[in-house]
Amino acid sequence: MHEMSLAEGVLQVIEDAAQRDHFSKVTAVWLEIGQLAGVEPQAMAFCFDAVTRGSVAEGARLEIVATPGVGWCMACAKSVPMNEVFGECPDCGGYQLQVTGGTELRVKELEVA
Amino acid sequence: MCVTCGCGEGEVKIDGMAGHAHEHVHEDGSRHDHAHSHEGDHVHAHPHEHEHGATHSHAPGVGQTRMVQIEQDILAKNNAYARANRDKLAERGVFALNLVSSPGSGKTTLLCKTIDLLGSASVAVIEGDQQTSQDADRIRATGAPAIQINTGKGCHLDAHMVGHALQQLQLADGGLLMIENVGNLVCPAAFDLGEANKVVILSVTEGEDKPIKYPDMFRAATLMLLNKVDLLPHLSYDVDAAIAFARRVNPAIRVIQVSATSGQGMDEWLTYLRAGMARTTAARQQILAVLKARVAALEAQLQQAKA
Repeated sequence: MHEMSLAEGVLQVIEDAAQRDHFSKVTAVWLEIGQLAGVEPQAMAFCFDAVTRGSVAEGARLEIVATPGVGWCMACAKSVPMNEVFGECPDCGGYQLQVTGGTELRVKELEVA
Repeated sequence: MCVTCGCGEGEVKIDGMAGHAHEHVHEDGSRHDHAHSHEGDHVHAHPHEHEHGATHSHAPGVGQTRMVQIEQDILAKNNAYARANRDKLAERGVFALNLVSSPGSGKTTLLCKTIDLLGSASVAVIEGDQQTSQDADRIRATGAPAIQINTGKGCHLDAHMVGHALQQLQLADGGLLMIENVGNLVCPAAFDLGEANKVVILSVTEGEDKPIKYPDMFRAATLMLLNKVDLLPHLSYDVDAAIAFARRVNPAIRVIQVSATSGQGMDEWLTYLRAGMARTTAARQQILAVLKARVAALEAQLQQAKA
């Protein structure tokens, strides 16, 4: 359940931005969560609601943008889509894959009032 | 509460520090010799200051809204603390490992054995558990300094807690720091503590397929210790399958088969540790050489200016 820590991290980013950009209410938050980042979007949404209570982001709409998993297949020497960290290459069926995309955990943008 | 830990307010306890690890920041502020930056974007922000009674609206779209581009990593704060820890360790030439595994994999026994073989003078340990100082007590019995962090309800160590523990710990220059994380194969994978490497410990009394059941941890680690191999004759454990599963998740992972009880494989493990320590010490000497050259150049400049 480290989604709770991550949700705290999201709130921290928002509060830093609130001080910097002088806003007092956040109405929507866009999070980029990679498919291979090991984060469950539903758990994230639940924790986000819990940690933002009483904060500038209370009641904000959470939009989760999932970025697809991508790996480099050493055998095929090309980028291939990956659904799981332990996924196989869809072309050669091998497991010589290095994850190159889909591990993002970022706050992309905010809609503020 | 530290935003990188989210472990329940006031739950984190670190040896030698009263109460919550962060409370002193509020109490004595700048007087405290504190390795982390709390100024400016102070992490203990009080969101209620922004609320003005019950009149504010939660309805989206009410009033004027605007978009703010953020593009910031959620783990940025933890990663900044991790960088500070890494810098501190590099200055001292300390080789640091983050040991991760499920509960019961034999981490603490392996650590005690490692300290016995390596000598307690060069090893320091940070122990992470939800409760009790049992593990730190076991380490201290070997003669090595140990700090216990109790995460309370928290499921992992973060770089902020480790930074505080580093302040309390007697580190030997050029030594080894072992950070024994909370027994958990999920959450600690995401949190950089400032270590050189993550080492995942899998014991042969667990399932061979753990690497693909908990892939994030095995992907984050650079070394897997397959522990308790002295028990193999009594089990139907497929070592090759376990290693194959680990390589499926992380093709580059190195594997050492060890038994803290019988001593099997400990030579290879110690060789790995000594090589890491030698590398870190060499890097520190390089930094010192650069600094010395810089000091000499500046002194020469001063002499010239005086002349």
